[in-house]
Amino acid sequence: MSDPKLVLKDITKSFPGVIALNNVSLNLYAGEVTALIGENGAGKSTLVKVLTGIHLPNSGDIIIDGEPVKISSAHDAFECGISAIHQETVLFDELSVAENIYLGHAPKTRFGTINWREMRTKARQVLDDIGAKHIGENTKLSELGIANKHLVAVARAMSIDAQIVIMDEPTAALSHREIEDLFTLIELLKSEGKAILFISHKFDEIYRIADRFAVYRDGEMVGDGSLPETPQSEIIQMMVGRAVNQIYPTRTSQVGDTLLKIDNLNHPTEFADISFELKKGEILGFYGLVGAGRSEVMQALFGITKTSSGTITLDGQIISPKSPADAIQAGIVYVPEERGTQGVVTDMPIFQNVSLPSLRKTSRGNFLKIAEEFALAREYTTRLDLRASSLSQHAGTLSGGNQQKIVIAKWLATNPDVIILDEPTKGIDIGSKAAVHEFMAELVEQGLSVIMVSSELPEIMGMSDRIVVMNEGRIIKIVENDDELTPAKMLVIASGITEDAA
Amino acid sequence: MNNFIKSREFWLGAAILGIIFGVSLRAPNFVNFANLADIFNNTSMLIILALGQMVVILTRSIDLSMASNLALSGMIVALINAAYPEIPVPVLMIIATFCGLLMGAFNGILVWKLNIPAIVVTLGTLTIFRGTIFLIAGGQWVNAAELSTGFVQMTRHLFIGLPLLSWFAIVIAIGFFIFMTRTSSGRNLYAIGVNPTASVYAGINVGRTKFNSFCIAGALSGFCGFLWVSRYVIGSVEVANGYELTIIAACVIGGISIAGGVGSVVGTILGALFLGIINSALPVINISPFWQMAISGSAIILAVILNGRSANKKGRIILKTSEDSS
Amino acid sequence: MSDRQQPTNARLIPDRLTSRLKDNLMSWPSLLLVVALLIFLANSLASPYFLSPWALSDATFNFTEKAIIALAMALLIVSGEIDISVSGIIAITSTMMGVALQFGADTTTLVLVGLSVGLICGAFNGVLVTKLGLPSIVVTIGTMSLFRGISFIILGDKSYKNYPESFAYFGQGYLYWVISFEFVLYLLLAVGFYILLHKTNFGRHVFTIGNNAVAAEFSGVRVARVKFVLFCLTGLMAGVAAILLTSRLGSTRPSIARGWELEVITMVVLGGVNILGGSGSVQGVVIAAFIMGLVTFGLGLLNVPGIIMSVILGILLITVIALPTLLSKFKNRQ
Repeated sequence: MSDPKLVLKDITKSFPGVIALNNVSLNLYAGEVTALIGENGAGKSTLVKVLTGIHLPNSGDIIIDGEPVKISSAHDAFECGISAIHQETVLFDELSVAENIYLGHAPKTRFGTINWREMRTKARQVLDDIGAKHIGENTKLSELGIANKHLVAVARAMSIDAQIVIMDEPTAALSHREIEDLFTLIELLKSEGKAILFISHKFDEIYRIADRFAVYRDGEMVGDGSLPETPQSEIIQMMVGRAVNQIYPTRTSQVGDTLLKIDNLNHPTEFADISFELKKGEILGFYGLVGAGRSEVMQALFGITKTSSGTITLDGQIISPKSPADAIQAGIVYVPEERGTQGVVTDMPIFQNVSLPSLRKTSRGNFLKIAEEFALAREYTTRLDLRASSLSQHAGTLSGGNQQKIVIAKWLATNPDVIILDEPTKGIDIGSKAAVHEFMAELVEQGLSVIMVSSELPEIMGMSDRIVVMNEGRIIKIVENDDELTPAKMLVIASGITEDAA
Repeated sequence: MNNFIKSREFWLGAAILGIIFGVSLRAPNFVNFANLADIFNNTSMLIILALGQMVVILTRSIDLSMASNLALSGMIVALINAAYPEIPVPVLMIIATFCGLLMGAFNGILVWKLNIPAIVVTLGTLTIFRGTIFLIAGGQWVNAAELSTGFVQMTRHLFIGLPLLSWFAIVIAIGFFIFMTRTSSGRNLYAIGVNPTASVYAGINVGRTKFNSFCIAGALSGFCGFLWVSRYVIGSVEVANGYELTIIAACVIGGISIAGGVGSVVGTILGALFLGIINSALPVINISPFWQMAISGSAIILAVILNGRSANKKGRIILKTSEDSS
Repeated sequence: MSDRQQPTNARLIPDRLTSRLKDNLMSWPSLLLVVALLIFLANSLASPYFLSPWALSDATFNFTEKAIIALAMALLIVSGEIDISVSGIIAITSTMMGVALQFGADTTTLVLVGLSVGLICGAFNGVLVTKLGLPSIVVTIGTMSLFRGISFIILGDKSYKNYPESFAYFGQGYLYWVISFEFVLYLLLAVGFYILLHKTNFGRHVFTIGNNAVAAEFSGVRVARVKFVLFCLTGLMAGVAAILLTSRLGSTRPSIARGWELEVITMVVLGGVNILGGSGSVQGVVIAAFIMGLVTFGLGLLNVPGIIMSVILGILLITVIALPTLLSKFKNRQ
C-alpha cells in the first residue's frame, strides 16, 4: 500500500459546551475515494471546515505528503491543494462560470490586470476536461441547475490543481442521470491521482464509488476499512452504535380513524401526486433522501409553500392554509428543520418564544399579560423537561436539544391536532434525542397525530407506525412498519430502483 | 446579444436616447454637440460620485456621508486657496482628495473594526462632516472674489472641445471600468456582495474589502469637493446639501442592487446621465423644472421594482420532469 | 453551552434571574435619562434664562413634531424596516391641505385632509414594501422624491398662506398656561405608542419580526400585515406632524421640513433602537427627543449655532453605538 496523501492525526475541535471532534483520524490516498460516513452531528461538517481552513483544530496534526501543515485560513487550504465541493455549493450566483472557477487565482496580463481571454480559454479547457462541454464559460452561474453548479465547483478544484478534493454530500439534490455523470467524473479524478473525500448518507453510492471508508459517531472515529469487503450491516452498526430499535420507546397507543387526508397535492416544480392519510394517534414517518421533496410537502400543509392543485382534508373539513397562521388556526403545526432560523427566535426570551402563537390566549383584549405568558411557558417547558436557568433567558443561549424543546412546547401550547416534525433530532445530542422520541410517543398516546420527516433510518424505523417513502418529489411507496421491514429493504425502496419499488 | 437586450444598460440607454429624441421633436436645437456636451459636463460630478457609491453598495453597505464629505473637502481647499493663493491648483486637488480619503477611511474603520451598520456610521458622519465645515470656516462663506483665478478656471479649461471637468469624469469612468472588470480587487467587491460566506472560503477578507470601498468613495467625494468649488465658485456649509440621496438615486436607477453584488460601471454612468438629461430636458420642452423631483422619484421607484423583478429567486427544482423540460 | 451546569429539576426554572427593577435601572433609557438630567443641569447653570417656564415651553416646539414621527419610526425600525420618505410626506400633506384651503376648507376638513394624505402615503410605501417585496430603504428614498416632487409640481416657487385662525391653534395654541397643545399631544401619543409596542400582542409581533421575520412567519405572525400597518402609522404620524408644522408656520412651501428624515432616524437610534431591528423602547426614543431638544435649546441660549449641535449629535450617535463593541473588545483583551 502506498503512503497516504493526507493524514489527520488526533484532531480535536471543541466549541463552548460541545466537543465536535474528539481525537479523530483520517487517511486519504491518492487515486482513491474515501467515504466519510456518519449520522448528522457526527462531526463530518466540522471536519470539512477544519480541512478548508474555516476552523482551526484545538489539537492534532494534519500531514500532507509526509509534511505537517497548518491550515489556518481558506488561503492556506488553497495552498495545500485542498478544494471542497459543498452540500449547498458555495459559489457566486451573479458571476460568470469562468470567473467562479478562477476567482482568487485569475490569470493576469503583464499589467497585472485580469486576462479575461486567457481565463475564458482556460475555463473552457477545464470544463472540457471534466466532460462539462454543455456548460458555457460565459454563462451566469445563477442560470445553471444544481448539478451544473457542482460541475463548476469541480472545475474550480481542477483549476487550482487540487490534489485533495472534498465532496460534501454532492449528490444530495441531484437526479439519477446527474449522479451517474458525477460518478464518471469522480472516476476521472481518481485516474488523475486525486485523493477524494466523499461524504454521503447513501449506501448504494458509497459502495458504488468508494474504495475505503471511515465512520464517525458523536465526534469520534469508530471504524474504518476498505469497502467491498465490509458489509453494509456492519457499517450501519458502527454508525448508529447499537442495534436499530433498541432505545426507541415502546408504544401501546391505538391508532384511530383518519384525521388528515391529502389528495393529489401538486406543485409546479417541487412535488407531484402527493396523496396519503394520517390517522389519529399515529406517527407517520416520511423517509427519503435529502432533497426528495419531503419538507416542501410539509411546508405546503403548513401554508408556506403554495400548491397548484389538490386538497387537504382535516377532520372531514377541506382546508386550504394560505399562511402558517391559517394552518395553526386549523390545528396543524410544524417544527422546522432549520431550528435556529425558522424555529426559535434566538434573541428573545424563552417564555416569549413559547407564548408567541398563543398570545391570543394569554392576553386580555390584545393587551399582554406577562404573568400568564410565564404560566403557559412554565407549564409546557416543564412537561418537556427543559433545562434552562430562567424563562427570561434568550433561547439562543441554549443547546440544540433544548431549543427544540422550546419549539415543541410552543406548538403544544396551541393544542394542535397534527404536529409535523421535520428532522426533529438533527444536530442534537443522543440524550436529548431520546427525550424528543419519548415525548413523541407520549403525544400520540394523548391522541395527537404526528408526521415525522427524517433522513435517519433508525429513527424512522424506530418511531413510525407507517412510512411514506419519497423520491424526487413523488411518493414511491407507503409501507407498514412491521417486523418484516428491514433497513436494507428500506434503503432499496428509498433509492428509487423501480423494479424493487414497484 | 440576447442578454444585452435584456440588460439594464440597454434599456436605460434606450430610455435616454428616447428622451433626447422626444425632446428634439419639440426643440430641434436640443440635439447639438454643444448642448449635449453641456449636459454631460453638468452631470460629470454626479457620475464620479455615483461610481464611488456603487463600490460601497456592491459590498452591501451604503455611504450617506458623501455629500458632506464633498462639502468639507471643498471648504478646506477653498480656505487654503483663499489664504495661500500661491499654492498650485494640482496640490489643492491632491489635498481635497486626501481629506476625502481620510473621511472615507474613518467610515470604513468603524464599519470594519466595530461592526457598526454602515447606515448608522454614515448618518452620524454626515452631520459631523457638515458641522465641521461651519467650525473651520467660522460660519463664513468663501466666495468668488476670494478664490484664485487658476482654481476657478481649472474645471473650465477646454481640451479637445470639452471642459476639463468632463475629462475628469471620462478618465475616472474608464479607470473604474478597468478596475471593476479587470482587477482582482474589483472582482472581489462583487464577490463579497454576492456571497460573503463563499468569499471567506475563497480567501477574501470581507471586512477589509468593505473598508477599501469606503476609502474609494471618500477619495472620490473629496476630489469632487475640489471640482465643486472650482465649478460653482463657492465654499459653504450648504454645498451639495441633500445630494447624498441623488447619488444613491443614480445608482439605483443604474441597476445597482441595494442587496449588494449586482451592478455595473456603465449602468451607473447611465443612471447618472438619466437624471442629468431629465434635469436639462424639462425646461427645453416647457415643463416646469419643478417636475424634476417627482420624475426622478418615480424613476427610482420604477428602477427598484425592476431590480426586484430581475432578482428572481429560483428554488431548487426537485421534480425530474420539470428539470428535464427546462 | 451554558445550560449544562444548571439545575436538573426543570420545575425550578425561575421566571427571571434578576429583578425587573434592576433590569430597568441598568437599561439604555435609564442611562439616557441620566444624560438628559445632566444636560438639563448644565443648561440651567450655563444660562439664567433657561429655567424660565416660557423658555422651556418654547424649547419643546423645536422637537415635538420630529419626535411625533420618531414614535412611529421607532416601531418601524424595530420591525427591521425604515421610512426615509417622512419629510416628503410632510411636504405633500401640507401642500394638499393648502390645496384644500384654496377650495375653502374649514379647519376640521384641513385636519382630515392632513391625516388622510399622510395615511395614504404611508399605505403606498407599505404596499411597495410588503406586496412587491422591495427593500424599504431605497423604495422610500424614491417615494420621498415623489412626494416632495408632487408638492413642487403643485406649488413651484409659490406658497400657501392665510390658514384660518382656528387652524393656528394646533401649532401655536396653549392648553393651559405654558403647556402647549403640541406638547400635550406628543405626550399622549408617546403613551399610546408605548402601550402599543410594549403592552400589546401587536407590539410583541413587531419585536419578533425584527428579530427573525422567518421564524415569526413560521410561528403564525402575519408579517406582511404588521409591516403594512407600521408603514401606515408612520405615514399617519408624518401627517400629524405636517398639520402641527403647517399650523405653527402658518404657511406651506414645498421645501418644508427638508432633511427631517435623518434627524428623526438619529433620534430613534440615539433612543436605543437597533437600526437592524429587533430591539428598542419608546421610553428611550422619548428621552432621546428631549435630549436633542435640550441640547439645541441650551446651545441656542448660549448663541451656539444649530449646526454645532448637529455635530454633537452625530458624535453622540456614533459613540453610543460604538461604545458597547469597544467595551467588549477591551474586556476580551484583558
